Amino acid sequence: MPKTIKIKKGLDIPLLGSAERILQSAPGADVYAIKPPDFHEFTPKMLVKEGDPVKAGTPLFFDKYNEKILFASPVSGTFQEVVRGEKRRIMEVLVKPDGKNDYVEFGSADPSDMSREKIIDRMLKGGVWPFIRQRPYSIIANPADKPKAIFVSAFNSAPLAPDNDFVVNGEENFFQAGINVITKLTNGDVHLSVDAKNTLSKAFLQARGVKIHYFEGPHPAGNIGIQIHHIDPINKGDIVWYLDVASLIIIGRLFEKGVFDATKVVALTGSEVLNPRYYRVKIGARVLSFIGNNLNRENGVKARIISGDVLTGVSIEEKGYLGFYDNQVTVIPEGYDPEFLGWLIPNPGRFSISRTWPSFLMPWKKYRHDTNIRSGERPFVMTGVYEKVLPMDIMPMQLLKSIMINDIDKMEQLGIYEVAPEDFALCEYVCPSKIEIQSFIRQGLDTIHREFA
Amino acid sequence: MKALIQFVEKKLQPNFDKGGKFQRFHRSFEAFQTFLYVKGDVTKQGSHIRDAIDMKRTMFYVIIALIPALLFGMWNVGLQHYRAIGLDVTFFDQFLFGLIKVLPIVVVSYVSGLAIEFVVAEIKNHEVNEGFLVSGMLIPLIIPVTTPLWMVAVATAFSVVIGKEVFGGTGMNILNPALLARAFLFFAYPAYLSGEVWIETSIQEGQQLVDGFSGATALAVLAANESQYLPSVLEMFLGTIPGSIGETSTLAVLVGALVLIATGVGSLRIMASVVIGGLFMGGILNLFAVNEFMAVPPYYHLIMGGFAFGAVFMATDPVTASQTPNGKYIYGFLIGVVTVLIRVVNPAYPEGMMLAILLMNVFAPLIDYYVVEANIKRRMKRMKAAQVKVQA
Repeated sequence: MPKTIKIKKGLDIPLLGSAERILQSAPGADVYAIKPPDFHEFTPKMLVKEGDPVKAGTPLFFDKYNEKILFASPVSGTFQEVVRGEKRRIMEVLVKPDGKNDYVEFGSADPSDMSREKIIDRMLKGGVWPFIRQRPYSIIANPADKPKAIFVSAFNSAPLAPDNDFVVNGEENFFQAGINVITKLTNGDVHLSVDAKNTLSKAFLQARGVKIHYFEGPHPAGNIGIQIHHIDPINKGDIVWYLDVASLIIIGRLFEKGVFDATKVVALTGSEVLNPRYYRVKIGARVLSFIGNNLNRENGVKARIISGDVLTGVSIEEKGYLGFYDNQVTVIPEGYDPEFLGWLIPNPGRFSISRTWPSFLMPWKKYRHDTNIRSGERPFVMTGVYEKVLPMDIMPMQLLKSIMINDIDKMEQLGIYEVAPEDFALCEYVCPSKIEIQSFIRQGLDTIHREFA
Repeated sequence: MKALIQFVEKKLQPNFDKGGKFQRFHRSFEAFQTFLYVKGDVTKQGSHIRDAIDMKRTMFYVIIALIPALLFGMWNVGLQHYRAIGLDVTFFDQFLFGLIKVLPIVVVSYVSGLAIEFVVAEIKNHEVNEGFLVSGMLIPLIIPVTTPLWMVAVATAFSVVIGKEVFGGTGMNILNPALLARAFLFFAYPAYLSGEVWIETSIQEGQQLVDGFSGATALAVLAANESQYLPSVLEMFLGTIPGSIGETSTLAVLVGALVLIATGVGSLRIMASVVIGGLFMGGILNLFAVNEFMAVPPYYHLIMGGFAFGAVFMATDPVTASQTPNGKYIYGFLIGVVTVLIRVVNPAYPEGMMLAILLMNVFAPLIDYYVVEANIKRRMKRMKAAQVKVQA
């Protein structure tokens, strides 16, 4: 076995409610939605009118600034409506399913004897292009670019994240087909990162056409940004692409089966879920369809439903929809209850990385973590805290300060191209001053992107 | 407790909210409210969950760590006083005397500092910061017990306004506020901060100072080349010697250091490198000793004066210390070196800890600058290497 990249810094937040390895069938949802805000710096232009019949794979809208990038309906039925937010921004594009699962037929194809252009063309038309994202900036890849390399993480390390070994089970062929597709997209390498200890699936360990890298350590070891940093870091001017396992399976299906089959295995997790387990659903499904009767409602606590994980996910209502890239739904209690002298009392039910809380004495314990902020926002005071959870050769506090003062040169010098908000999510979690670190990172990336766009 | 919280939220809070009667005291109310209970505010963006730690708890642990030094200091004030007047009284009497002398200083320090913090928070409309809870305790511990209360108030006000708020408030200050208060006293009222000021020698009728009484600190004794009057190592370690209220007992400071290190609130990196720096410089001077001060064993420096207190509680202030992990080693080491240098080489200032830390506070951004530059250079080098690879 080749060298293992050992990640020492980081933190596995011990939460209750990790999914059992049971795959539950879920009834189809009553509505599906593709949510344009899932794609950063993106403006949709609609292609369908209300009431139009659509098939799974029919384009619903496209990227205003890159007309070739199409976004397809995950199911067949009728296009219901667009839900708009402030300034008439399109928030949700709703499709009412007819239950027939009619697909737009693209015909199966073998990527090995297709040109790069033909593959890209098929991916764009088949609605799977948005699965490919690029670093820097964490936005949808531009098909006109030639990436230095493509990165895939075969494991998740985020709190309560789904186990990809389980997710890929039965889909191994599609996964490999997806790999075969993306190897044609770059002249560089396709890097597949696996968990040195826990990844067992042959789909990953014996994947063909990729360079396999072994990682070990706590979250964020599974984050693509951390892996890129340790495998082949991004320098100014570099563009790399990245995908997740579920997306590769869907891309694989487009070539093997010839249809846009947006089915994925999603983990329903969190302390407020009665039986945390896996569900086979389609992208954009209304989450009510599969979490409906699996929530703990008896204790009367209001719960927050998150599409994604607790560090980076998006808060949705019970009537909300699974995000485009999300492979898990997490349900945790809201923290509306005030706590008398809560900052002082050594409550054993609270978790902290700091040893001023008793949680460090109970490393075995899992927590029912609520959403309380615990304090108002403060200026930077403590130092050396972020460094403990950011396994990159990057100075987190200095980078943040350069973003706050909008110093573009310093941001570049301190490595803004290598980071994404998700890589700083743990910094935000542990911050004793409760600074909104992820949104600052995003702000810095946006500034740089605008500067060089 | 639920009823109390309900009362505060439903009955009191509306008066302080926008449009309420006492709207201008909104931030002050909030400070007391959040002290009483953690509000039911939930995350709105970013990470949905947050670590249980906050600034209040962090600062609270520093105060816990200061308590041994405070209690010992109170007792020592009484001990030194009754020694000076030659009275043999019980431990309790000694402590009581110290308590009566020290408590007003603590109260004045807190009241004057917090008053300014609250006013500034209202003017600038931000939450009241917890930082002064620590500074307010540090100031009494690093001044002589004989300091007049009005001076404590003036020095505290100076350090909070000029040392902190003009730079933008908590987190933005360059100099350690508590040390700045002491430095202010030291230079503005030198007569009150040096000489025979370390022991409360006010005497009532019928009492008198013992023959041959000297209230000099160990450092002053050495600076005067009178090492025969130096207290024993044990006395200096335990702290039954004249000095600022909280600084004398290395033992009490060590207990506090254990609290800070065990909880991770204080930087072990800085503490250890200050000690190493002090021993290093002490050792060098010892090798070339030409007078009694230079000749003392290097470890004497750790138990004399404010060295231990400064290393554990002052140098580790995260805002004014070096903020980069590697910078902390350099910062701490230089504090140790400079302290011993000032002590031994400059006869005007036998206590070098204060000046050394303030000096290194000023240099900390420079140290950080070079540590950050090193990180930037690594990145540039990597980029150049990548370009060479592409061309090849």
